[in-house]
Amino acid sequence: MKKLLLAISFVLWANLSYATTNEEKGLEIIQEVDRRDTGFGDSQADLKMILRNGQGDEAVRLLKMDILEMKEDGNKSLSIFDSPADVKGTAFLSFTHALEPDEQWLYLPALKRVKRISSSNKSGPFLGSEYAFEDLTSFEIPKYKYNYLRDEVIGGKDCFVIELFPQYEESGYTRQIIWIEKERYIPLKNEFYDRKNALLKTLDFKGYKQYLNHYWRADELLMTNHQNGKSTSLLSENIRFRSGLTERDFDQNTLKRAQ
Amino acid sequence: MRRALLALLLLTSNNAFCWELSGYTGIEDLGFIDNPQDNRQHANYISGVIEPGLYHKWDNDTQSLVFVPFFRYSQYDNHRTHFDIRELTWLKAAKAWELRVGFRKVFWGVTEGLHLVDIINQTDAVENIDNEDKLGQPMVNLALIHDWGTLDLFFLTGFRERTFPGVQGRLRTFPPVDTGNAQYEKHGAEKHLAYAARWSKSIGDWDMGISHFHGTSRQPTLAPVFDTSGNLQLNPFYEYIDQTSIDIQATKGNWLWKLESLVRSGQGSTFVAATGGFEYTLFDVKDTGLDLGVVVEYMYDSRGYGMRQALLQQSIFQDDILTALRFGFNDVQDTQILAGVIFDRTHNTKLYSIEASRRLWDSWKIELEAHFFGGIPQSDFAYIFRTEDHIRAQLSYHF
Repeated sequence: MKKLLLAISFVLWANLSYATTNEEKGLEIIQEVDRRDTGFGDSQADLKMILRNGQGDEAVRLLKMDILEMKEDGNKSLSIFDSPADVKGTAFLSFTHALEPDEQWLYLPALKRVKRISSSNKSGPFLGSEYAFEDLTSFEIPKYKYNYLRDEVIGGKDCFVIELFPQYEESGYTRQIIWIEKERYIPLKNEFYDRKNALLKTLDFKGYKQYLNHYWRADELLMTNHQNGKSTSLLSENIRFRSGLTERDFDQNTLKRAQ
Repeated sequence: MRRALLALLLLTSNNAFCWELSGYTGIEDLGFIDNPQDNRQHANYISGVIEPGLYHKWDNDTQSLVFVPFFRYSQYDNHRTHFDIRELTWLKAAKAWELRVGFRKVFWGVTEGLHLVDIINQTDAVENIDNEDKLGQPMVNLALIHDWGTLDLFFLTGFRERTFPGVQGRLRTFPPVDTGNAQYEKHGAEKHLAYAARWSKSIGDWDMGISHFHGTSRQPTLAPVFDTSGNLQLNPFYEYIDQTSIDIQATKGNWLWKLESLVRSGQGSTFVAATGGFEYTLFDVKDTGLDLGVVVEYMYDSRGYGMRQALLQQSIFQDDILTALRFGFNDVQDTQILAGVIFDRTHNTKLYSIEASRRLWDSWKIELEAHFFGGIPQSDFAYIFRTEDHIRAQLSYHF
C-alpha cells in the first residue's frame, strides 16, 4: 500500500514537473521572441488588406498605421483608413495594456466626432476581414499562458511549436498554436482554434525583411479561414522605424487631425 | 478673401506635395406618405448633393489646408437648394498647441439621441431632421495640450443663420419661418461674435469635457408676426446667451454610460437640460460577426410643456425616452441598421426611426432612412409633424 502510494505520488510528481517544464519552456521561448523585438521605438507602415471570398471576389482596404513602443505597458497605435472611399479619414486610436482593458477611440470624419468605444470586442471581424480585433492588437506576454509542444521542421526551418491559451476575457479562441523559427525567434505560422476547439484559421508569415539590422517584419500576413473558405492578405509597405514619434502623436488631438 | 486663397494656392503649389481630392456626390429621394398640410408643398422631392474635399499638408505634416465646399440642389424647395463652405481651414500643430483658422465644424458630446451640448456650429436644418448636418463656422481655435487635459479656446468670428425649409418644402413649421428677416438681440459686429472654451480629458475609463459658450445663440426663438401683406410668419430671433455644459462618458466593458447636461441663460428664463443613459453592445453574437447594441437614453428639459418659451424655442424633448437597437454586421459591405423610438412620456407621442446603410461595390453607398410620427396630440409642438412620415433614400458615389 505504502509502495503503491509512493508510486502514484511519484507518477503525479513526474507529470507535474514535466508539465511545469513545458510551460516554462514555452514562456521562455516567447520571452526571447519578445526580448528580441524590444527597443524598436516606433514604426510606421502603409497597409493593404486584400479580402478574398470563396468565389474569388476581392475587396481592398488601405490604411496607414503608426505604432509607438511603450516601456512597461502595451503599445499605442494610430490607424488611418484611406479606402474604401466612404470611410476615408476614419481613424482608430488604441492604447493596449497587458491585463487591463485596452483604451480605444474612433474618429468619424463626417461628424467630426471622437467616440470612445468599448474594447470588449475581441473576436469580431475587423472591417469585414478574416482578422479579428484580437489578432491585430499588440502582443503582450501576460495575455496568454504557454505550453511548449514539440520541435518541428516546416518549410525547411527548424521551429519550436508552442500552444497559447488566452487569459483575457471574450477571446474567440480556446487556444492558438504558433511555430517559432529557432534561428531568428520569429513566428512563421499561427493556428487559431475556435470556441469549440476546432481549427478555425491559419496565419502564414511571408517575406521577412530585417530592419535596423535587427528587427524582422513580414511583408505579407496571410490569414486563411478554414471554416468559411475566405482569406485576407495583409501587406505592409514602406515600413519605417524610429521616425521620432512621441505620445503626442497618439493623443485625441492628433486623432482629430488624422487624414 | 479670394485673393488670399489664390495666394495660398500659389504658395503651396510651389511645394513638391500635391493636393489630395476626396469627397462624395449623391442623389436623394425624399418621399412623404401623407398629403401635405399646405397645398404649396409636394409629396416627393428629388435632390442631388456634392461635397468634394481638397486636402494638402506640408511642413512634416504639422501644417495643413482643407477646403470642403458643399452644394445641394433640391426640387421645389428653394431653401434646401443651398451652397455652403463646410471647411476652409489652415491648421498648425506644435508639441503643446494646435491652431486652426477658418471655416470648420466642431463636435462636442457623447450621447446618441440628442446632441445637447454641441453648440459651436449652426445646424443646417434643411438637410435632415437629425440635426447632425452643420454649417461651416468661421473661427480661430487654439488648443493648449497639457498633462492636465486639452483646453480649447474658440473665437467665433461670424454668425451663421439657421437654415429652414422654404414654403414649398416639407418638415417645416406652419406658418413657415421667414429666414430673410431674422432679428438679433445684439447689433453690428457684436451679433456676429461668440466665444467658447472647453476643457477635455480622458482619465482611465472616463472621458469628460466642461465647456462654456458666450455669444449669439445658434437656436433662435421663433416669434409669430404678420408680414406687410398680413400673412402670419415665424420670425427667428437670436438672443445673446451664456451656456455652461458638461459631457461625460464612462466606458466599462460592454457598457458605455453617457451624460450631457447644460445650463443656458439669456433666452427667456434660465433653463437646465440633460440627457443620459447607456449603450450596451453584444459583440460577435454567436460567432456571426454581428454586433448588437441597445441604446437607452432619457432627455430632460426644464422649459417643460405648454410654456410659450418651450414652444417658441422648439424644445420638444422635455421628458422623453429613446430606445434603440443598433445592428453592425461587420461584413465586407459594412451593413448597419439603427432602429429606435423616442417616446414622449407626457403626450405619448412616438417618433419611430430606422436608418440603414450598406456599401455597394467599392465606392458606392446606399442609405435608407424612415421616420414615422405616432399619436401626436394637438397640445404637442410636434403636432405640426403629424402628416410628415417620410422615407429618405440616398445613393452616393465616394471618391
